[in-house]
Amino acid sequence: MVLTKRIIPCLDVANGRVVKGLNFESIKDAGDPVQLAEKYSNEGADELVFLDITASSEQRETIKSLVKKIAEVIDIPFTVGGGVKSLQHARDILLNGADKVAINTGAVKNPEVITELMELFGKQCVVVAIDSRRNYNLEKGKNIFSENGKQFWFEVFIYGGKKGTGLDVIDWSKKIEELGAGEILLTSIDRDGTKDGYDILLTNEIVHAVGIPVIASGGCGKPEDMIDVFKNTEVNAALAASIFHYETHSVNRVKELIQKQNIPVRY
Amino acid sequence: MVDVAIFDYGAGNIFSLKTALEKNDANVDIITSFDQSKKYDGLLLPGVGNFDPAIRSIRDYSALGFHDFVKEKIPVLGICLGMEMFFQQSQEGKEKGLDVMNGEVVLLPNDMKIPHMGWNSLEITKDSKILEGVENDSWVYFVHSYRAKPDNEDIIVASADYGIKVPAVVEDKLFFGTQFHPEKSGKVGSLMIKNFLRVCSK
Repeated sequence: MVLTKRIIPCLDVANGRVVKGLNFESIKDAGDPVQLAEKYSNEGADELVFLDITASSEQRETIKSLVKKIAEVIDIPFTVGGGVKSLQHARDILLNGADKVAINTGAVKNPEVITELMELFGKQCVVVAIDSRRNYNLEKGKNIFSENGKQFWFEVFIYGGKKGTGLDVIDWSKKIEELGAGEILLTSIDRDGTKDGYDILLTNEIVHAVGIPVIASGGCGKPEDMIDVFKNTEVNAALAASIFHYETHSVNRVKELIQKQNIPVRY
Repeated sequence: MVDVAIFDYGAGNIFSLKTALEKNDANVDIITSFDQSKKYDGLLLPGVGNFDPAIRSIRDYSALGFHDFVKEKIPVLGICLGMEMFFQQSQEGKEKGLDVMNGEVVLLPNDMKIPHMGWNSLEITKDSKILEGVENDSWVYFVHSYRAKPDNEDIIVASADYGIKVPAVVEDKLFFGTQFHPEKSGKVGSLMIKNFLRVCSK
């Protein structure tokens, strides 16, 4: 056998509840994070990602205790992100039972934090989350692509997809790998919440640009979308939220369908 | 109750390991020095951190050394980095390893994605106390960039396929090492922890 593709349910948490938005906006309640985490772990999820989407500093203590409660009920790897800016904050999260810390805006603002985290906790603990959006205003020095006759480049967005950075996603991916990131959580804002499937073009580009594992995220509306991303890219893992939250599909059922397509999964 | 200690190098998640041991009815203390008045039935070297700082935290802050603490009487489970420290040296660092197993720790080949991260299946090649009841081809969770290269391959009791053969479980007398994380490997991992605790209780 070989290394399997990972199926990762994601819990976007605001004010202690799991929520789900469309294109990073209009939010809807989807349940209790501890209950959902336990359910996914028992159903065969390969890993869990927990993102505090409010990411306000007042919430830090609440998040710490929530991380601990989740770590107590699951026996699979667990990544926590949302508003992580400092080593101390990352340490709080890891010591309360998370295996990896995802860092996004904090990494763009202060890239050295990636190296500091790596040196202290090891590369495997450091996930850099990248939110990518197509930018049709072409600029010199960017990696240009075209789709349906339109040209664009992939721009890194921060603050929950609200603010462009001018950074090219491909260049940024290579940079964070050099700085010591152990994994990339790659979200396509263009696809997020649309249920139109993963961003195959973007995912392929990043998988080939770096030598560290990549998680595809954004756009999964059905199990076939996962099959599609695994067949058409060499991505290591696929993350999804809403298809699992609303009991549309159990993790087990999704993995069964993927396995039938001869894609290696733990099932 | 089995009394075990987890040595904390101060660099990451040991909460999950503690929880996994407690779920299997162990009494767990987190220690940062071997100068302990309490006697333990087992010791765990967890799998988070970097080689050199972890070795230094074991070597530099206790009057009693690792070997005197263990005295070939206390079973030790080394997980990931914890297992890598059993060997004489590692390409990850400059410090000397604990030298309870002969051989070195080397970087994984760079034609594969590094770290090797995710669920891979175990090819069990030998009977082992820690793998009792574990089926061949069971899935376990790996996350590592280095692999063990023991001088004596007889100590390898299970491997995983990641382009090359990666030693996944090593066993020599009372030293048990897993390159993967049993505390993150669902029910199969919990079974291995239970097996280790049984060895400790004898």
